[in-house]
Amino acid sequence: MKNTTTIALREFKSYLASPMAYVVTGIFLVLTGFFFSISSDTYYETSIRGFLGIGSILLLLLASVLTMRLLAEERKMGTLELLLTAPVRDSEVIAGKFLGSLGMLTAMLVLTFYYPLLLMWFGDPDWGPIATGYLGLFLLGGASLAVGLFASSLTSNQLVAAVVAGGILGALWFAGAAADLLPEALGEVINYVSLSYHFPDFMRGMIDTRGIIYYLSITVLFLFLAIRSLENSRWS
Amino acid sequence: MKVGTREVIRVENLTKYYGKRLAVDNISFNVERGEVVGFLGPNAAGKTTTMRILTGFLAPTRGDVWVAGYNIISHSLEARQHIGYFPEAMPLYRDMTVRSYLDFSSRLRGLDKNRIKTRIEEVVDICHLEEYIDVLIGKLSKGFRQRVGVAQAIIHEPEVLILDEPTIGIDPIQVAMTRQLIKELGKERTILLSTHILSEVSMTCERVIIINEGRIVAEDRIENLSSLISGSKRIRLEVEGPSGKVAERLRQIEGILQVSYEDSHYIVECSAGQDPRGKIMETIVQGGWTLLSLESIEMSLEDIFLKLTTEGETSQ
Repeated sequence: MKNTTTIALREFKSYLASPMAYVVTGIFLVLTGFFFSISSDTYYETSIRGFLGIGSILLLLLASVLTMRLLAEERKMGTLELLLTAPVRDSEVIAGKFLGSLGMLTAMLVLTFYYPLLLMWFGDPDWGPIATGYLGLFLLGGASLAVGLFASSLTSNQLVAAVVAGGILGALWFAGAAADLLPEALGEVINYVSLSYHFPDFMRGMIDTRGIIYYLSITVLFLFLAIRSLENSRWS
Repeated sequence: MKVGTREVIRVENLTKYYGKRLAVDNISFNVERGEVVGFLGPNAAGKTTTMRILTGFLAPTRGDVWVAGYNIISHSLEARQHIGYFPEAMPLYRDMTVRSYLDFSSRLRGLDKNRIKTRIEEVVDICHLEEYIDVLIGKLSKGFRQRVGVAQAIIHEPEVLILDEPTIGIDPIQVAMTRQLIKELGKERTILLSTHILSEVSMTCERVIIINEGRIVAEDRIENLSSLISGSKRIRLEVEGPSGKVAERLRQIEGILQVSYEDSHYIVECSAGQDPRGKIMETIVQGGWTLLSLESIEMSLEDIFLKLTTEGETSQ
């Protein structure tokens, strides 16, 4: 645990020291802010649905970009060698990197708190869907970061890592759209494994345990794959 | 004398394949406590691969490795705790300051929390980094980055130091400093140092393991090694006189195998156990020529190395 914290803190500080994190955060805030204001303006509703809708899709891109360097850069620069020869478990390395990026994502989500605060200032928002919406974003974001971290463990090229992560996340997100074209039984299965299928419930203010379990499973699965991929690199 | 009672590094029948390419071919060696051992070989000889296995970065294809009494595969974390590692080319996080990096390293290597601050000051002092402690590593010159590399390797006071080409690519003054540092560290620690610079080995190490194409070609104490290999002795002469005639007369001296002439010097090769210097002097005086200089050439590690590695190649 101590090692995990040490690595997570280093990663988090490294984000704060890199211009990329600020650019990504800036883009995220501008785009989500734009959609938030449009939806509030158009529908005269005190909800953050506009933000959640665009935010969920943006999260996929953002997670790919935030995680691409986590292991790929270390592999390319050679710093992975010192990390993996320290008395630290591979699982601690992965957990630390994941928590570091999750910290960054959380910070970005916290920065968007001013959307609901604005609603409170001007009206009387329903806090239920806002809270579950944020929970959904957090879970979806965590799962996406795990996918991205796994992609980053596969290569020493950050761009490749980002594209692979984007590819996996895109496939998992849009699988739901394909499900409608398939026979019902198969479609249901595809729907269940789709990242997008579970999200609307959170937007509507519902906490579906299936959704929570689904996002957590994706997170754990890809973190596990990342650990295996790291272990594998020792045996190459 | 720091002769150890126990092997700190033990390598048994170590073999490593990268896919189909054989990088390390069934090597075995030991390093005893307190020894400073040079690991010598040309590029791609298998030095870095062996060191990466010793430090647990790579797993061996076959064979066993123990460091500080722990098997590097089955008790990897315990073994790694006792190793300080300076990887080839010393990769570091460029976006961290020296202080924050050393703090990170010491935490990761399990240094006691209360010790971290004072220990950072100690290693910064040892490695002469005082002025750069709050500078970003990315802004440091290569020589200073190497020093940070040494600092992180010793920060947790490990029993074993594994240094992979620690003096490559830095300027001569810093090379001298680094070697001095290695010598000092070697007084209290076990060091395995890889290099392809022969003089470095003779300057810093007590024992040398020579490796080529994944195999150990020689292993001995430095002083033994040169006498072991140098069956024959060479003498360099500078003589004022007709070069053809001088060479001809020199060849006739008993115990001289070969005479060559290059750069206005004669290189005389003598057969083993012979010292014909007196006779050479006599011959030159008799011929009416003038002897300007005479010196015997000790076989350098360079020569030993060339001899060993080319012999290895021809015997294949």
